[in-house]
This record gives sequence, structure tokens and C-alpha cells, in this order.
Amino acid sequence: MLIRKTKCASAGFFWFLRGEGSMPTYLPLKKKYQNIRETIMKDVTVLVGGKAGDGINSAGALVAHLLNHIGYSIYLYFDYPSLIRGGHNFAIIRGSEKSFGTCWNHVDFVLALNRETVERHKDKCTNETVIISNADLVKSAGQGIPVKAILDAEHAPEIMGNSAIIGGFAKAAGIEWDVVTSVFHVHIPKAVDLNLKVAKRAYDQMEKVHPVSKGSKPPGPLLTGNEAIGLGLVKGGLDAYVSYPMTPSSGILHFLAEQQEKFGITVVHPENEIAVILMALGFAYAGKRSAVGTSGGGFCLMTEGLSLAGMAELPLVLVVSQRTGPSTGLPTYTGQSDLQFILHAGQGEYPRLIVAPGDAQESLFWSAVAMNVAWKYQVPAFILADKTLSEGTYSVDPAAIPEVPKAESPRWSGTAPYLRYADTPSGISPLAFPGMKDAVIKVNSYAHDEAGITIEDADRTVQMTKKRLRKEEGLTEEMQGYPGINVSGNPGASTALLCWGSTKGVCNEVATILGLRVIQPIVLSPFPLVQLQHAVRGVTRLIAVEENATGQLAALAERHGIVPDKKILRYDGRPFSPDDLIEKITEMIL
Amino acid sequence: MTGRQLITGTQNTWCPGCGNFSIQHTLKNVLAEMEQEGKSLDDVVLVSGIGCHAKIADYFNINTFYSIHGRTIPVATGIKLANPKLTVICCSGDGDSYAEGLGHLIFAAKRNIDITVLIHNNRVYGLTTGQYTPTSPLGFKGKSTPAGTAEYPLNPIGLMLASGATYVARGYTKKMDLLKKLVSEGIAHKGFAFIDVLQICATFFPVVDYYTPRVYELPDHDRTDFESACVKAREWDYNSDARIALGTFFERSLPSLDDKVAQHEINPADRIRAVREFLVTRT
Repeated sequence: MLIRKTKCASAGFFWFLRGEGSMPTYLPLKKKYQNIRETIMKDVTVLVGGKAGDGINSAGALVAHLLNHIGYSIYLYFDYPSLIRGGHNFAIIRGSEKSFGTCWNHVDFVLALNRETVERHKDKCTNETVIISNADLVKSAGQGIPVKAILDAEHAPEIMGNSAIIGGFAKAAGIEWDVVTSVFHVHIPKAVDLNLKVAKRAYDQMEKVHPVSKGSKPPGPLLTGNEAIGLGLVKGGLDAYVSYPMTPSSGILHFLAEQQEKFGITVVHPENEIAVILMALGFAYAGKRSAVGTSGGGFCLMTEGLSLAGMAELPLVLVVSQRTGPSTGLPTYTGQSDLQFILHAGQGEYPRLIVAPGDAQESLFWSAVAMNVAWKYQVPAFILADKTLSEGTYSVDPAAIPEVPKAESPRWSGTAPYLRYADTPSGISPLAFPGMKDAVIKVNSYAHDEAGITIEDADRTVQMTKKRLRKEEGLTEEMQGYPGINVSGNPGASTALLCWGSTKGVCNEVATILGLRVIQPIVLSPFPLVQLQHAVRGVTRLIAVEENATGQLAALAERHGIVPDKKILRYDGRPFSPDDLIEKITEMIL
Repeated sequence: MTGRQLITGTQNTWCPGCGNFSIQHTLKNVLAEMEQEGKSLDDVVLVSGIGCHAKIADYFNINTFYSIHGRTIPVATGIKLANPKLTVICCSGDGDSYAEGLGHLIFAAKRNIDITVLIHNNRVYGLTTGQYTPTSPLGFKGKSTPAGTAEYPLNPIGLMLASGATYVARGYTKKMDLLKKLVSEGIAHKGFAFIDVLQICATFFPVVDYYTPRVYELPDHDRTDFESACVKAREWDYNSDARIALGTFFERSLPSLDDKVAQHEINPADRIRAVREFLVTRT
């Protein structure tokens, strides 16, 4: 058992801070980093801001695709309050050579659709930041574009104003017109020619004030975490998705509802989350792979159904995307405060899988894995996400995702009588579904015998409890065959950041700069003890980085004998930025 | 399976005289008839909730989902949407579907999901030893209301008519021929079928003497006439002293949810192609 209680930082770590040896120093490095950004610009960040209702998300997506098409990996962060019109929305799009899934505090371009954007984001601007604005609304700030005049000249509706701003940005950033044309053709659903005319006028008027050099990556798909989870489920054989809208999980519902015919799935939006999970269990009973999606509050309503899934051994995938809690909390902001709840939710004891992917790429893979594991072990399987992941947009490389072969429980032999809960050595009972000849399939929320008939006697209660819990042994062993813990950054470093979920991105970037190790468990239940023990080998200082107020992964690790020395916690609903994290780490170490 | 033994060997633990025996017997006869008419009972699923009624899941030798309190209807809805070829029957209690799961009942009617719901309405919580339910009469003295309830009961027939149920009926466990007719009709009805079954609780609400002289079968009632169904539904409000109509209050034909929602499956290769095509649109 590893218990880390190191009092002194290793000399090795201080090298980074003091600039000894060949290791880079932090402060000069940040300057160097800035210099790199300013001169060759292989890393560019664009902020698009305006009122809710201004189409910030779609404008942000177009900027993301422009950068995607000039060779960058993309991360888009979308920030919006819980209202439909009027509040301030903004998207930050970062294009970089390597995908990190995080944004620094300063930006290279601000696309201001209103005055407030310029005011609000002053602290993100440097002397080099180029502000491109709607000159009709924003006076004397950076590069103004006469949006109204352009629209009038083209007889274009007001809604196309964003195309003018994007056209202006493209020119300012030195993006070739052909790139704008091809991106608009794929990503503007209606009236693309008129949008292009509007954009071209702005493009022609703008100077190439801050050229961005081309990256080397071929354009790839950009997915939100929610879309990636949905696609992963589909790859895992999803038949039915059942969900009641709740931010930040609703994107999965919208995406799958829109694509249901193409993917051949049934999508249902019932009256509440209680109905959601019970319907999904009805699908599972009938042999259909189902998943539900919600956030913490909705999941509270699902817990009786979760316990039923555990007792009745019905396979189910649950996507829980966290936001700032407790209760309604900050509905459109991020958080990681539901891990301990998910670990323990539901009365009684039964095995469960919990995976927490850190970005869209991991979501594609692990969502398919979760579905297969649920059906192989007849257990509930959680995909634990958060707002940053769900509603962030990431570059993905589908070709790099390992194949997830279809896994399922053994099928009933067909020889009656069928025992739904046959007590096998693995604890996994062969499955049959209604409609199969001579199968009498009885599932039961009560303690039950192998046939599924209610029992109350002590001996069989113990026998069947052991049968259910025995599945966890196989599950634990199986999960050891998966890359359940990512170790990245400098894998030999003696100081390590312990993180989970979407903070993977910021931890990786900071660790790359500071030369630290990153340990990111993806599988959180069954607890990957052996893999984690291996991952922390040689670590003398373990720092938990989490977006909650108590350190929930730290507590989980501690329960298994791996004790983080320090915790860096953020719980204001906003994701860590590399700047913040570097500052916190250096404060902590010095 | 043909000519199957319909009842399991599980020991029956309903009280002597319990109205559930009549419902079980009725359902058994209906299932046997369905089988005789060529329906495979492999394609039938019975869903129950929690309460005395729910033990019926253990007693029937057919596919069953013994679910949790109040949640029979969403389970049944999921099963039907997953496989519309199945015949899905819900046995649910008045505590189950009029209290804990009332919302699901209303939405099932609103959606016209093709399931049949039998409410074992004994107007008392039996298994938890005698508390009032949503259909107990005003002033009912139960263990949680020793001075008598302060609430009027719900009228489930009126509620279901208002919610859009396409088959609404009331039966009584002492009128088994009628009950069998209603259950058969409910199962045959394409859409949401609701049958409120008045049953006595032999231990906590033994009101045979109240029901028997008051019940009558609806004569010459036009079941397609919604207004007349509403009038008949108001005749007895589950509280006042009045005649109690039995039979089918209302029936109409509308497309059912399972016809509209359930997707046709596509083969894995087409699915992979669809995913690939989608990714192109995001590049």
C-alpha cells in the first residue's frame, strides 16, 4: 500500500522553478511561450462574445472550423448564463498544434458583437490582442466592421451580421479566402452564397493585421463532448436513448433525437427522470441496449431505478454530466462534485462501472466500453461527464480509437426451465428476452431465487447477494485490461497531478510546461487500485486537482491507501486555466 | 409454449377473501383464451408494482417484471416501445398508480401507449397495514389518519377521461364475467386501456356490502360519446352515496405511441456508415 506523506519537494522539482540544469524556468518560460505565440503563432486563441441570442455558439463553431482547416487542433469553451436572451455569452476557441482541451487567460483575437464583450474581457487582452467588432455597436475599439452597411449593400438580413465579423477575422488572421469558402459551404446550413458575399465584403475591407501561420494537422471532425458520448453509445450498440432535458446533458438528447433515423435508434423524452430510468429498464428487459442522460438533480430522481437495475440485474448506461451544485446551483457552469454521490447512489450493495472520460476522444471510446460492460455483467454503467466536457468542442481522431468489440452476457441455451438468475461461477446469468420460445423471464425488485420468484429466507438471500457481488470480481479483472488510468506529462517526474474528467486538458498542458507527471484515472469504479499503485510509483508529491470544494477523487484514493499531499480545488463553476493552475502549483511548492 | 400451466407453485399469501384472487382468476381465464385463439403467451409480459396486487407477478407462470412502487407504467412503456409485438399488461394498485406513480398514469393516457392497465383499487394500503389511499372516502380512519382523512378521493375515471385515455372502464371483483369481458377488451384495444377494478381488501376495507347493492352495468351506453362518458363518470365520485356504473365508459381509436415512436432497426454496417457520414459533416 502506498501512502505518500512527503514533507519536502524533491530537488528535481525545484529545478523547474529555479531554472537549474536544462529544465526550463516557469516565469521566463511563460514569457518565452508568449513570444512563441507572438512570433510564429502556432497557438491561437479567439474569443467571440455577444448577447445571448446573437448566435455566439454557431459563430464560435465557424471560427473553430476555420482554424481546423488551417491545420490546428481545436478546443472550444462555451460560456453562457441560464437564460434565453439578453445575457452575455462567449466562446473561446483555441487552435494549437497539440490538443489540450483548455484555454489560457489571454486571447489573440476578440470578435465583439457588442460593446459589453470588449468591456468584460479586457483582462484577457494583451497589447497584441486584435479586437474585431461590429462598428455600428462598438465605437473606437480595434478593427471596426461596418456591418449594417455591408448587409445593406448585399440586401442581407441582420442574422448574417456574424458572417461579416467572421470574414473580417479571417482576413485579419491571414486565412485564405478559399478556406472561408469551403468552411462556409460545409457549416452554414442556409443561404451560403449570400453569407459568403457578406463575409467577402468584410474580408476585402480588413487588413491582414495579425497573420496566423498554418498548422500541420489535416482537418478532422470537431465534436462536443455530448456528441462524442452519443456517438460512443451508438458504436456500443445503443438501441434507445431516454432522457429528460437537463443542462449540461441535454446536448446528447438533442443530438441523438436529430440523428435517430440515421442511427436506427429510438429516442424518448418522458415526463420526468423517474420515468426515464424505468423506461430504459423496460427496454433492457426486452433486450434493447438503452442509455439515459441527466445531471445531478435528475439523477437524484433516478436513484430508486438505479437500485432496481442493481437488484434486477438489468444492464443500463447512465450519463451524468455534472454542473455546479448543490441543488440547482449554477445550471450552466461546470463542476466535479457528484463523484461521491454516483459512487454510493442507490440503496443496497451491487457492482457498478463508473468511467470519467477527459475529452471527446476518450468519450467516443469509453461510452462504447460502458455499454458493452453493462451488457456483459448486467450492471449499471456510468459515464461521468461535466459541463466543460459536455459542451466543449474538441478535435477528435476517430481512426485512433481502438475498436470496441461487441460484448454481451451468454444467451440462454433454450432448454426450459429458464432461470433468469441462474447462480453461475461468474455470477453472470444467461439472458433471454420476451418473445423467446418457452422462456418465462421473471425479473424482480424483491430478493428472489434463481427463477426470479420472491423469497424471504436467509440462506437464499445470502446466496443471491453473493451471486450479484461476484460479478464485481470479473468486472474488476476485465477493467484491468483497459487503459483505465492515463499517465502523461513527464511520466518520470516525482511530483504528480492527480485529476479526473475534463481537468485532464489543463493538467496535461501545465504538466508539460512544468515537467510534472499527470495521473488521470478514467475508471473510478471498480477502483483501479493496481493500476493506480503502478501509476504513482516514484511519486513523492501527489497534488489532487479537482473542480469541487472537498477533493472527491482525493478522498476516494485515500480510502484505497493513496493519499494526496495537497489539493488544488476550484468550485466557482469555471474551469481551471493553465495560468491559474501554474500559479496555484507554484504557490504550493515554494 | 401451448397449454402451459399458468400458475406457478409459489405459495399464495393473499388473505382469504381477498379481491386479488378474482383478478388473478380473471386474468388466467383471459390468458388461456388468448392462447386458445392462437396467441403465444411467450409474447405476453405482465408488469406489477409493489403492494398486495403485485404478488400476482410471482403467481403467474408467464414473463413478468415485478417492479417498484408506482413505476409499473414506465416499465411497461419501455417494454412496449422496445418490442411493439409484445402484449404488455400492467397490474397496479391504487397506492401504486394513483399516489406514487400518478404522473406516469396520466402520461400513459396522454401518449396512448398500447398497454393495458388494471388498477387493483381496494382503496386502502394493505401491505403496509391500513393507511388511506387517493381513492379512500373522506373521513377514512387509517393508521396514518386516526381521526379520519381530511381529503376527498380522486375520481380515476374522470381523471383518465381528462387525460386522453382511449379505453376507460370500471370493473368489480364480484362481477367476474363483466371483469373478464373488460380485461379482454382492454387487451384487444389498440392503445392505452385503463380498467379501474373495485376490489375489497378483506382485512382493511371489506366493503362488499357497500358495493354490491350499488353497482350496475351501463345499459345502452354509447362508448364513443365522450360527453356521456364524462356524465357517467361523475355519477359516483368514490365518496358520496350513489349508484356505481360498471363497464366501458369510453373507447376511441387513435394512433398509439409505439406505432409512432419505435424506430426501425438498421443493420450494423449501415449504422457505421451513418456515423462516418456524420463525422464528415463535422469536419
